[in-house]
Amino acid sequence: MIGSLLGAIGQGFIWGVMVLGIFITYKILNVSDLTVDGSFATGGAVFAVSLLANIDTSICLLLAMIAGGLCGLITGLLHTKCKIPAILAGILTQLGLYSINLRILGDKANVSISQLSTNITFISKITNLTHTRSGMVLGIVVSIICVLILYFLLGTEFGASIRATGNNETMIRALGVNTDNIKLFGIILSNMLIGLSGAMLVQMNKYADVGMGKGAIVYGLASIVIGEVFFRRFQNFGIKLISSIFGCIVFFIIRAIVIRLGLKANDMQLISAVIVVIALAMPIFKENMAMRNIGKKNNWNNYRKNKDVDEIVEDKMTRINVTESGGGEYA
Amino acid sequence: MLKLKNIYKTFNAGTINEKVALYDVNLTLNDGDFVTVIGGNGAGKSTLQNVISGAINPDYGTIEINNINITKLPEYKRAKFIGRVFQDPMLGTASDMWIEENLALAYKRGEKRSPLKWMIDSEKEKIFEESLSKLGLSLENRMKSKVRLLSGGQRQAITLLMATIKKPDLLMLDEHTAALDPKTANLVLTLTKEIIEEHNITTLMITHNMRDALTYGNRLIMMDQGKIIFDVSGDAKKKLTVEDLLKKFNQTKDAPSDAMILG
Repeated sequence: MIGSLLGAIGQGFIWGVMVLGIFITYKILNVSDLTVDGSFATGGAVFAVSLLANIDTSICLLLAMIAGGLCGLITGLLHTKCKIPAILAGILTQLGLYSINLRILGDKANVSISQLSTNITFISKITNLTHTRSGMVLGIVVSIICVLILYFLLGTEFGASIRATGNNETMIRALGVNTDNIKLFGIILSNMLIGLSGAMLVQMNKYADVGMGKGAIVYGLASIVIGEVFFRRFQNFGIKLISSIFGCIVFFIIRAIVIRLGLKANDMQLISAVIVVIALAMPIFKENMAMRNIGKKNNWNNYRKNKDVDEIVEDKMTRINVTESGGGEYA
Repeated sequence: MLKLKNIYKTFNAGTINEKVALYDVNLTLNDGDFVTVIGGNGAGKSTLQNVISGAINPDYGTIEINNINITKLPEYKRAKFIGRVFQDPMLGTASDMWIEENLALAYKRGEKRSPLKWMIDSEKEKIFEESLSKLGLSLENRMKSKVRLLSGGQRQAITLLMATIKKPDLLMLDEHTAALDPKTANLVLTLTKEIIEEHNITTLMITHNMRDALTYGNRLIMMDQGKIIFDVSGDAKKKLTVEDLLKKFNQTKDAPSDAMILG
C-alpha cells in the first residue's frame, strides 16, 4: 500500500513538470495548446534514443527539452505566423509528431533502456533507495527547480508581459509588446517542460513508448483543476504553480486507488475526462442552483455567513467577467 | 509633431459593402496641441485613430511622428510614441493583475523588458503611489488589488495614468468617457485635462459630446465621410458654440445622429 502510494507521488512529481508546462499555456497565456500529447512522447523518445547512443544522461535530458521546444516552435509558428487557431495548430503538430516519434524510435513502438544508467539509477546508487523512490527524488528536485525558475521568470518585466498577454492582448500590444513573439516563447517554454517530463518518465518506466503521451493533455488539465480545488483561496502566484504539481500528485493517488479498486489503468482516461468535465461544468451548475434559490429565505444569510464581504464582491465580479468573455475558458 | 499626409483607407474595396473610411486626410499636429475630434458615426474618427496607432494600415499615405516615418511600423513598435486610452474600460487594463503591476507594465511602454529584472521595486512603487494619489480616488491604498475589482471609471482613470506615466509623444483618447456615467465621465475628463496640462502632452481626443469638444483642448476637428471638413483652433475655437457646430453638421450630407443632438 505504502509502496504504491509512494509510486503514485513519484509519478505525480514527474508528470507535474508537464502540468507546469500546460499551466503556462492554458492558464497564463490563455492559449489552448494540444501539442502536449505529441511533444511529451517526443521528449521521451529523444531521451531514450540519445541515451542508447551513449550520450551523458544530463545532456540527454537537455536534448529532450530542446526536442519538446522544437515541437512548441512548430505549433507556435503555425499559430502566430499562419494565424491558425491555437487548438488546431496543436492538433496538427501532435498528429505529425506521431510519425516523427516513430521515426525517432526507429520504427518501433517502444524502446527499452533498462540496462542503461540514468539519473534515477545514479540517485539510487548514491542513496541506496529503490528505483521508485529514486524516481520520486528526481521528480521532486526537478519540480522544485522548475517552480523556482518559473516563479522568478514570471515576476520579471519580461515575465509580466507574458502574463499580460494572456490577460489582455490589446492592452499589452498598445504598451509596446510583440504579443506574437510572447506567445511563441510561451508555447516553446511550455513544451520544453513537457519534453523534460517525458524524458523523466522514460527513466522511471525504463522504456520509451510512442503512445506514452496519449491523454497527457487531459491528465494535465485534470491536475490543474484538482489543484485549484485545494488552493482556491490563495492568490499568490508561486502557490498557483505549486498547486498544479500538488493537483498532479492527487491525480496519481486517485489513479492508484482506482487501480487498487480493480479498474484498469486505461480506465483512467475516462475518469480524468470526467473530472475535467465536472470541473468545467461546475460553475454553470452552481449558477443554475443559485438562480433557483433566488428569493428563497435564508439564501442571502447563508451566503453571507460563509463568505466575507470582499469575497462576495469578487465573486460577483468574476461572474460578470465570465459572462462577458462568453463562458470563460477553463475559468 | 504628428504629420498625416494624403491618407486614404477604404474597407471592402470593390464589393457591395465598400466603405470609404478616410479620403485624402491631411493633418499636422503641433507640439502641445490638444485636439478634439467630432463627427457622426462612420465619419472616420476611429479609423483615423486606428491608422495612427497602427491597428489598421492605410491604403495610401504617410504618417510621421517627430519626423520619423512610422507608416510601416507595426502597432507594438509605435507604442514607443503613443499612449492610448480605449472606449471600453475593459480594454485598457489587465484585469487579473494588480494595479501596481499594470502601472509597472505601462512604465516600460515601448522599452525592452528584461527577463532578469524584477518588475516592481520600491523605487517604482513610490512613483506609482505618488501618481495614484494625484488621481484623488484613494487607489494608492489598494495597489495590490486586482483591477478586476475596480469600477469602470476607476479603470479608465488608471488607464489614463498608464498611458501617461511615461510621457508619450502623442496621447490618443478614443471616446474614453463614453461608457461612463455623466458624473464619472466628468471626473475622468477633469483628470485628463490636469494630466495633459501638467505634462504638456500632445493629445488627440475623439468624443461624441460636442460640449466636451468645445470645453477641452485648443483645437477642434470635425470629420464627415472620411474627410476633415472643419479645423479650428485658438480664439476662433473659444468663440465656437454648440449651435455653430450643429449648423456645421446640418450642412453635411448626413443628418446628425441622436448622440450629436443630445450633446
